[in-house]
Amino acid sequence: MREWRFWLAENRSTLAAFAIFIAMFWIYVGNHPAGFTANVVQTAANKGVLLALVAMAQTMVVITAGIDLSVGMTFVLCNCLASQLLAGDAWRTGVGLVLVLAAGAACGAVNGLLVIFGRLQPIVATIASGAIYFGLALWLRPDPGGASDFNSDFADLFTGKLWGKIPASLVTLAAVALVVWFPFSRSAIGRTAYAVGSSELSAYMSGAPVRAAKFLVYTLAGLLAGLGGVFLTFLTYSGEASAANGGTYTLYSIAAVVLGGVSLFGGSGSAIGAIFGALAFRAIGDLLFVFDIEPLWQPLFQGMVLLASVSIGATRLIGVRNRLDLFG
Amino acid sequence: MDGPAPLFRMEGVSKSYGGVRALDQADLTISAGRVHAILGENGAGKSTLIKVMAGVVAPDGGRMTMEGRDVAFATPAAAQAAGIACIFQELSLVPELSVADNILINRPPKRFGLIDRRRQRQMAEAALARAGATDIHPRTPVKDLPLSRRQMVEIAKALARDPRILILDEATSALTAADVERVLTLLRRLRDEGLALAYISHRMHEIAEISDDCTIFRNGRNVATYLAGTKSHDEVVELMIGREYRHVFPPKPAPRRQGGPPRLELRGLSWTNRLKDISLTASAGEIVGLGGLDGQGQRELLLALFGALTGLTGEIRIEGTPVGIGSPRQAKGKRLGMALIPEDRKTEGLMLPMSVGQNLSFAALDDHARFGIIDRSGEARAIKEAIDALSIKVAKVAMPVASLSGGNQQKVVIGKWLMTAPRIILLNDPTRGIDVGTKQEIYGLLRRLADADAAIVFYSTDYAELIGCCDRVLVLYDGRVKRTLVGDEITEKALIASALNLDFGGAPAERAPERAS
Amino acid sequence: MTDSGIPIREGVWARWRGRVDPATLAAFACILVLLFAGSLYSQSFLSPEYLLQQLKVASFLGIIATGMMIVILLGQIDLSAPWAIAMGGMMSASATAWGPAGPWIAIPFGVGCGAALGLVNGFGVAYLRIPSMIVTLAVNAVAQGLMVVHTGGFSPQDSASPAMRFIATGDVVFGLPNALIVWGVIGGGATLLLSRTTFGRAVYAIGNRERAAYLSGIDPQRVVLIAFALSGALSAFAGVLLAGYASKAAQAMGDPYLLPAIAAVVLGGASILGGRGNYLGTVAGVILVTLLQSILSVMQIPEAGRQIAYGSVIIVMLLFYGRGAAIRG
Repeated sequence: MREWRFWLAENRSTLAAFAIFIAMFWIYVGNHPAGFTANVVQTAANKGVLLALVAMAQTMVVITAGIDLSVGMTFVLCNCLASQLLAGDAWRTGVGLVLVLAAGAACGAVNGLLVIFGRLQPIVATIASGAIYFGLALWLRPDPGGASDFNSDFADLFTGKLWGKIPASLVTLAAVALVVWFPFSRSAIGRTAYAVGSSELSAYMSGAPVRAAKFLVYTLAGLLAGLGGVFLTFLTYSGEASAANGGTYTLYSIAAVVLGGVSLFGGSGSAIGAIFGALAFRAIGDLLFVFDIEPLWQPLFQGMVLLASVSIGATRLIGVRNRLDLFG
Repeated sequence: MDGPAPLFRMEGVSKSYGGVRALDQADLTISAGRVHAILGENGAGKSTLIKVMAGVVAPDGGRMTMEGRDVAFATPAAAQAAGIACIFQELSLVPELSVADNILINRPPKRFGLIDRRRQRQMAEAALARAGATDIHPRTPVKDLPLSRRQMVEIAKALARDPRILILDEATSALTAADVERVLTLLRRLRDEGLALAYISHRMHEIAEISDDCTIFRNGRNVATYLAGTKSHDEVVELMIGREYRHVFPPKPAPRRQGGPPRLELRGLSWTNRLKDISLTASAGEIVGLGGLDGQGQRELLLALFGALTGLTGEIRIEGTPVGIGSPRQAKGKRLGMALIPEDRKTEGLMLPMSVGQNLSFAALDDHARFGIIDRSGEARAIKEAIDALSIKVAKVAMPVASLSGGNQQKVVIGKWLMTAPRIILLNDPTRGIDVGTKQEIYGLLRRLADADAAIVFYSTDYAELIGCCDRVLVLYDGRVKRTLVGDEITEKALIASALNLDFGGAPAERAPERAS
Repeated sequence: MTDSGIPIREGVWARWRGRVDPATLAAFACILVLLFAGSLYSQSFLSPEYLLQQLKVASFLGIIATGMMIVILLGQIDLSAPWAIAMGGMMSASATAWGPAGPWIAIPFGVGCGAALGLVNGFGVAYLRIPSMIVTLAVNAVAQGLMVVHTGGFSPQDSASPAMRFIATGDVVFGLPNALIVWGVIGGGATLLLSRTTFGRAVYAIGNRERAAYLSGIDPQRVVLIAFALSGALSAFAGVLLAGYASKAAQAMGDPYLLPAIAAVVLGGASILGGRGNYLGTVAGVILVTLLQSILSVMQIPEAGRQIAYGSVIIVMLLFYGRGAAIRG
């Protein structure tokens, strides 16, 4: 059936990411001393969801052939904001949540404006805006901590287990993907975002709303990164303005995106793939713990896996007969 | 010229770019149910005319009317809304998206705010069927389609908007002969359905086949409008080019007596499915032409000779010695002494933001450097020599080459290569988009280079050039050498016939399946 | 006439090029503005001691930015600088302790490690055609992993060699810091390389239009490989000097230098897309970034304010002269 083949081709990279993740997780759970228990899955899920959210944010921008080096800092900023605002009674907590997410979206929107109207290259614009967002985070939370009346019950809702088995974090992640990614990827403006990444000039000549699409992806990226920050607050009940953490999440989000099959050149890939890429990336780190390899070797192992996985893309060169195609 | 009332009329439209008059009081009348061909040299104003019609540029003066009512288009969208669809030479397709996504990229059908994929697919299929391209699956990513298929998708995209006027700007340039036939059939069908069609092409035979009315543009003006078939070929060409037609080309010398092996020889060269068993020779002092329709392997042949392709089979010999050419760097080297003036000067021949001088010296830089350090004064001397030798019009050598006119830019590309003193010169359609004056200079230059002992292989899409410049012409069809024409055998009739895979007499050479009607 | 229907409008600055790059001028102007603003706060901002100290601190960043600039000129980026720096510092300090020959080979060994890292980067970018952002990111992670294993997870204990300390902290010639002289030499070499050699010309050509450069008969892949090797070597060398400055290496010693290095190159007028920029501009950018960080710290502005100011200044300056072309219909 030809239709199947098309679907396969369209989703090939996402399926590959899924396969990698399943393989990693299988090995992980299979060798974990506690085995495939709900607790094991929950702990892994909570950590993985953090990166998955930031990876989704990065995907948004990468689709348009851009890059957002401020996602980690937006993440940190919203973490600090949430540690302060998600406090008190349900009403205040709810309002606080909305405010924090709005702040994340605002960060993204600023990036979008810089790129669209400022016509700055995304890489430098987001390096600079990232410094600003981090400064704001540091100003809010010079020392790590949380509000005295932090609403930890609310936080636990999202980090616990549903029906004693399924991690709430995964359910939240799925819900976010459903509510944010699914409509976006099927909308005309979402398709325009892909078109922009593939050929901005053609998209423009065809009358597609290029500017609106760019603005939307950056704003959504900020929103999702902010959501990640909120989630970190759920886990730790506190906020910490850590530049190291922010930087790590930014770089790891790029790694997750690449592992998830999203092309850095823009125009292809899916946030679902990025989610699997993030989970797989996390699983790699945890594999070493499971196999009782010294934590000393973890960074090297993680680096080698990353290097190997991005080199796989080089196999597309094998069939090239016209060397001119190699050069842009 | 009696017939239905005109659908679209342009009167006294002018457009200037800087100091250059692209359109000068241009007139044009397009009627429904008729195909109106627009002819003219490169630079005659055809493209600007189309852009004005399609709303891409706004005219400086004049008026346009549609069904008698004045119209003005501020954006492409406005023209599209008025029912004008244009297929430009540069395609406007997004490679990563599917055919269906591309056809309906703007204002797709929606359900609950999201794209209605089923409906979109149906609409895409309808558009493809209308374009006669039912072999294209709507879910195919455009990047997986060859150029000829992409051009068909572009046509389907235009048709999907259900236009009343369809403009095609060199829309068949990349199509195979079979596709050209299909497109022409399609255009006839659309015409019969009542569409008004404007068809820009420099392919006289296509125009002869399809058009009802013809208009010739020269220097931005409409110099003639006539019913198809009422002017002879020579009259048309003279109107297009002007009086100087007969004297454009330098005289050809008598063929030399060749002692020893030819400078360049190919035996049975093949590459994937684009080049099949090509054999040719080019001797010192000879200008060998490559003819045929676009996309028959001419570009690949030149790239193969210049070392950019891998997986070649067959033999290349230079001065009788078999060689393997692994890269342009190797081709350029003293041992092989080759040069290639590539197809697209803006993306393949020049580094546009860099200065004229830096571009000129780039290929021969090693000759002016010791241990990698550039000898500035030597380089400057060589640059000045090149500028003088080619009469390149440039105010300051340090200006970016992007600021030069097309003709002068091409001279820079040629000058860059002449600095390496090549013995074999390959040219890929070097006079495309160049003004007539520079073209003439290039023709003279080629002959002088040949007389100075270079062997030249020269692909051109312009029949007049092949006839006027070349000592021999090899016409390619589907990657093979269809025919070799020598000296007086090189005529337009012979060139066209061979290009279309017809026998010289006019009967089909082989009954290829797609030509069965 | 055969151009596509969309004329591209150049940014205002790009249209007037003249002999001096306006971006470089703007960068130097900003330096003056900063010094002026600083002098309003305290007179000592204009004192020779302070300025010299700044130049010395800038030297380390300057050496890193030199390598980064070459890579950026090609249209690529080198995100492996942080751990190339750390590797240079740690390996040279470690080598110092390797027997009697140690102090002699310490510096070349450290630099060599960085060059090796750069070669891996270059191979991935040039021959495997992987985007530089992701290759250098992965190589950075690998380098970090190697150093973590090497030091056993602890802070590096090895001391820097006397030579390292001498270069980094001494001031032999007229009281000028040695580090500054080293930067001067490296900078001079870089300027010559970029403006007077075939290699430099090729770098600009590739950054502008790699395809045309290839068809003009150069080997772009080799140039890219060498450029990344240079960048890795220079980053490592800066790490060697930093280790000399502090008498030993430290974990994550290179992290604070990555973003400032990129910012310095871009603020100096180089285009992040490649093909445009000159070394003098990078010098201005380095001094600018160093001064900015220093002034913010001297003014006792808390780190939070410093970060915000740092980012804002970069954005404002880029909006001024780093904008791209508009696509118009």
